[in-house]
Amino acid sequence: MTKCSKDALRCDNSCGGDNCVKQRTKCALLIKSAASTAGIGAVPASRTVSCWMRPEVWTGPASPPSPSSSLICRYQDPEPADLSMEEESDTRKINNSFLRDHNYATEADIISTVEFNSSGELLATGDKGGRVVVFQREQESKSQPQRRGEYNVYSTFQSHEPEFDYLKSLEIEEKINKIKWLPQQNAAYFLLSTNDKTVKLWKISERDKRPEGYNLKDEDGRIKDPSTITSLRVPVLQPMDLMVEATARRVFSNAHTYHINSISVNSDLQTFISTDDLRVNLWNLEITDRSFNIVDIKPANMEELTEVITSAEFHPQQCHTFAYSSSKGSIRLCDMRQAALCDKHCKYFEEPEDPSTRSFFSEIISSISDVKFSHNGRYLMTRDYLTVKVWDLQMENKPLETYQVHDYLRGKLCSLYENDCIFDKFECVWNGSDSVIMTGSYNNFFRMFDRNTKRDVTLEASRENSKPRAILKPRKVCVGGKRRKDEISVDSLDFSKKILHTTWHPHENIIAVAATNNLYIFQDKVN
Amino acid sequence: MFPKGTKRKFSDSGEEPASSGDQGQAASSSSVAAARTLSSSYSLQRQSLLDMSLIKLQLCHMLVEPNLCRSVLIANTVRQIQEEMTQDGTWQIMTQALAAAQCPADRLVATEVLCRQTDAAAQAGQSPKPFSGDVETEVTMSTLSPVSPQLSSASYLAGPFGMGPYSRTGEQVFGTFEIKHPAPPPDPALEELFSDVDPSYYDLDTVLTGMQSAPKMGPYDLLESLSSHGPTSCLMDLNELDHIMEILVKS
Repeated sequence: MTKCSKDALRCDNSCGGDNCVKQRTKCALLIKSAASTAGIGAVPASRTVSCWMRPEVWTGPASPPSPSSSLICRYQDPEPADLSMEEESDTRKINNSFLRDHNYATEADIISTVEFNSSGELLATGDKGGRVVVFQREQESKSQPQRRGEYNVYSTFQSHEPEFDYLKSLEIEEKINKIKWLPQQNAAYFLLSTNDKTVKLWKISERDKRPEGYNLKDEDGRIKDPSTITSLRVPVLQPMDLMVEATARRVFSNAHTYHINSISVNSDLQTFISTDDLRVNLWNLEITDRSFNIVDIKPANMEELTEVITSAEFHPQQCHTFAYSSSKGSIRLCDMRQAALCDKHCKYFEEPEDPSTRSFFSEIISSISDVKFSHNGRYLMTRDYLTVKVWDLQMENKPLETYQVHDYLRGKLCSLYENDCIFDKFECVWNGSDSVIMTGSYNNFFRMFDRNTKRDVTLEASRENSKPRAILKPRKVCVGGKRRKDEISVDSLDFSKKILHTTWHPHENIIAVAATNNLYIFQDKVN
Repeated sequence: MFPKGTKRKFSDSGEEPASSGDQGQAASSSSVAAARTLSSSYSLQRQSLLDMSLIKLQLCHMLVEPNLCRSVLIANTVRQIQEEMTQDGTWQIMTQALAAAQCPADRLVATEVLCRQTDAAAQAGQSPKPFSGDVETEVTMSTLSPVSPQLSSASYLAGPFGMGPYSRTGEQVFGTFEIKHPAPPPDPALEELFSDVDPSYYDLDTVLTGMQSAPKMGPYDLLESLSSHGPTSCLMDLNELDHIMEILVKS
């Protein structure tokens, strides 16, 4: 712990150097269109829209990338009309190397996590195919003020590969469960990515020069016969096309028997926790061969198991405090100063069950799918199936605020149990000032709640209904028989289109929303 | 996909949360509970919820590493239903009726093998205890055990290989629900639960499409993972497949 983690992260060059990547390639398509209305308090719902499709990039040690053809953009959208509209809008941006294949939407393309870094300059997504795509925000340019803040593909790499556990005889999926950025400490960026079992630390760095003029090696890098060398030359650094490289710097494995559901970097910048269904492990970022188990709720007899850990997160400022949520709807706050093992919590947040709404599904819908500290560290936000709740750390017996995300589903719980949707794990996020919270729903809807004005809005991430640069229209779901214009009936909601993962820029009103295999980025209207 | 009547039966139960909530509260009064049992609409819904949960658990059981959170939540739901059924006497009536029925001797053997971890099961054969006490532990689904692989594979191998003729696989599937229950042969009770199920409802197509939305659980995934195993486990896989088919098709 004595060494500065920044230096230590730099020192290991051993693994996976060629997981490289392409240049900053334009992957954005922008569609201009007319605007309309809407707005909620601090989060103006008037936003410009730009959509990025999932790129496929051939990377990894097995097949080194060929820069010219490395990027293939896949379009899952079936309507050709849609495409023509895009092309006319901004043909300048459509590169010939983009390949459109309508039949190419696979399970592997489904986005499974999305996360801004601490400056908001970068945005990372992970998908079920084990890939990580990093987007970078374009620098502001005076000549094109309308293009301020667009995010373009910066780097793509294969973070996890499918593995086979020979002892248990089972496949370990490559799906990226979570990505967490480390605060930037030098020119390079670091992020942690995890699948069910293994956490990896990735370094993403730029290179725009290369040494040229070695005469000890030939063009292929082989050392020449020394007898043929008659003079020595000093190599010179020559500028080259910008390369963005992603290198796996650490692999934290063999510590989880169950599935990792969350990771969280500590504010001390030296440690992080990884959490599975029954345990929380503490790691030092520099040490991969050991971790400390700080929470273990596994009963001696697994048949007595009635509760699992669903998520855990460090406090944003106090490096000794972390919180974890459970499938029974409670949150435990633990202080690592009290004991090495944090099996005993120091605070326990739980809301007593309301007997009037009790049903067989009460426990399932109270299971917490995500827990997030506010940026100021004063509140906790939790998401269960139907609500999002804000808890004051000083008040354990009930939440400070409760927001209904999609209360109209309360009458459909049996069907949602039947088709397993009731087990969907929705995440939730704070905005930069902790005044607005956002979480996802079905039918590609997502919800925002303004904590001050108590106003809320339902927005939709869809390529059909939201065109780039258009202002998002609030959507409304109607419950009763009478359906007004622009409203959608509960019965016609599409439960296969769900927004589970969203992220909010740390300082600005820019949000990223993952809708199956599409990533939508919405921001405040420019001007 | 669904036969219309069946579908309605399920969604109705969910669309009247208030009424089911009221009924849940009323469970403390046994006379009300008895009346409810007779009125049967609620208990039918409860029964189908139980059936659905058991099938979900059994499918979890097929996976080496199921989604633990999901299976724990389903198992808790089953416990809750059983607790309520015990309270209003439905469970007792049902199991008593079943206890009176004859059961083949070979099934007893199967049961004994499957429940060999528990001494309680052996003693249970002699004297049925009252159902009121210790509800939580009386009926425990072994479906939670897949998370500890040794356990699951043990009871698993006991299924297809340990017990004679192939034709009985169906029974054995139900036998793998490890019921630590005082009633003499534990599994007829469960089998009876399943025999209640409308066969058209649990037809393969319905269950498959219902599951597709859960990628981890999807039978396609399951089939895929089965087929991706090496040739050595092929026989086992076929048996597993047979189990699945049995569950899905059998009523």
